[in-house]
Amino acid sequence: MLYLNNISKTFNPGTINQKVAIENLSLHMAPGDFATIIGANGAGKSTMFNAICGSFLTDSGSILLDGKDITFLPAYKRAKEIGCLFQDPMRGSAPGMTIEENLALSSGRGGWLSRVSRSEIQAFRDRLSLLGMGLEDRMNHPVGLLSGGQRQALTLLMATYHPPKLLLLDEHTAALDPGTAEKVLELTKSIVRENHLTCLMITHNMSSALELGNRTIMMDNGHIVLDLNEQQRCGLTVNDLIRMFREGTGHMLDNDRILLS
Amino acid sequence: MNLLTMLGLGQTALELGLLCSLTTLALFLSYSMLNVCDLSTDGCFTLGAAVGAVVAIAGHPWLSIPAAMAAGVCSGMITAILQTKMGVDSLLSGIIVNTGLYSINIAVMGGSSLLNMNKTETVFTKLKALLSGTVLAAQYKLIVALLAVAAIVVFLVLFLRTRLGLSIRATGNNPDMVRSSSINPQMTTIVGLCVSNSFTALSGCLLAQSQKSVSIDIGTGMVTIALASLLIGGTVIRRGGIAKRALSVVLGSFLFRMVYTIALRFNMPAFMLKLVSSVIVVIAISAPYLKKQWPVIQRRFTHNSAQGGQR
Repeated sequence: MLYLNNISKTFNPGTINQKVAIENLSLHMAPGDFATIIGANGAGKSTMFNAICGSFLTDSGSILLDGKDITFLPAYKRAKEIGCLFQDPMRGSAPGMTIEENLALSSGRGGWLSRVSRSEIQAFRDRLSLLGMGLEDRMNHPVGLLSGGQRQALTLLMATYHPPKLLLLDEHTAALDPGTAEKVLELTKSIVRENHLTCLMITHNMSSALELGNRTIMMDNGHIVLDLNEQQRCGLTVNDLIRMFREGTGHMLDNDRILLS
Repeated sequence: MNLLTMLGLGQTALELGLLCSLTTLALFLSYSMLNVCDLSTDGCFTLGAAVGAVVAIAGHPWLSIPAAMAAGVCSGMITAILQTKMGVDSLLSGIIVNTGLYSINIAVMGGSSLLNMNKTETVFTKLKALLSGTVLAAQYKLIVALLAVAAIVVFLVLFLRTRLGLSIRATGNNPDMVRSSSINPQMTTIVGLCVSNSFTALSGCLLAQSQKSVSIDIGTGMVTIALASLLIGGTVIRRGGIAKRALSVVLGSFLFRMVYTIALRFNMPAFMLKLVSSVIVVIAISAPYLKKQWPVIQRRFTHNSAQGGQR
């Protein structure tokens, strides 16, 4: 499904701020794979995501999605097949437009001059009611009035309205309060399961990293240091994971949020 | 001042307000929707006026309207391409195009900075001839302006509800979201500026034809005047759907002209118009900011004076 072949990215090359974010990174995701990704700050997790969704072009290497070379495809064209959710719940929706208009934009596959039909609005309503947040009765409210959790749930719905080939989740519940985070995570799980999505999810919660999906990837210093499949990680505890990280990299995992969670 | 003169003044304000509201509608699209401050507005207004005048003088009064609008589209396209494809800052690209248009406008007018349309057949004289003998004969200017504004408002309201229109609105609101909806925000910026500049050019074309002359500085300060109208309209009608907001823009243009006309009546010299519009823009933009800052200023003041007392 997804192949990353030796991709590298260096920020600010040739300056004093030069930072090798990812180096010769390769990854293969089989269709239906759901991998959780953990790693310290600056390990290159988000850089890898941004490289996949096209926020910048990689310095070297190639990216293939479903057999198609997308290495040089602009971000907006990749968005047809890749759904992205970020930590910031404000990033995925337009605050000045209504829920209905936001959904119309992200779901719209019609012509440029087409308008939202009544049947589409009914479909939006049905999908919104699945979120269980009462948003289906607030279709004409501007999105800016929603809470962070509601906006993130809406963004999730928008990103998966037409099931993408690949879903990238970059700590998408980290900025939400625990109860809402739980709810959004549950929604994510059911959407991924129902649509058999291939999914990559960055998390700082080690136990949910082991629990969710069928694969856990650990990154450090721009490399993948550990890639556990379903059998390998079966029965592992958080402490095992920390020990394996130390053995793999030769240093401690220094991410406060990981250690505290 | 008797009732008749007042009505006369009101009508002049209404005509001018309606004609200029087309430029305000253009800014409504570029400034409020796309979040681009299009500083090529002045030049584009003059371009529309010049192209419209030249085509009308050549004997094609009806053709002058699409010609002026097409010229506006070209100007908007250049402004948009500079800022989306060539890395020029969006404010700067407007200024650059505005400067370049000065030469182009004089070239369009055949090297002169003034064109006279006293004996030219224009859209206005056509309608005047059509209406002669009816009750509406004296209102021909108003009718042209009303028709143009109604057409543009209806078009804009319908347009902003289409998928393209929605994506233009989202571009000014959250370009990230536009990209993740598989839409190229550069494309929506280009389309938006082309459409908005065609309105500006239409505005210039009609104003010049109603005044029966075009000079090179007919558009000077239009961007500020239109911005002032836009902000006045926004204060009068604060919220609502697109249709309501578009109408508030037209209302704002009329109110601005009304205030200006009344001020003229009280012997304010005509050259003050531009200062007045600048002041209105400054007040409208900075008032909400200062209102927010006011408690802090107050607190600092009492804090300082309390400390001064202790010392």
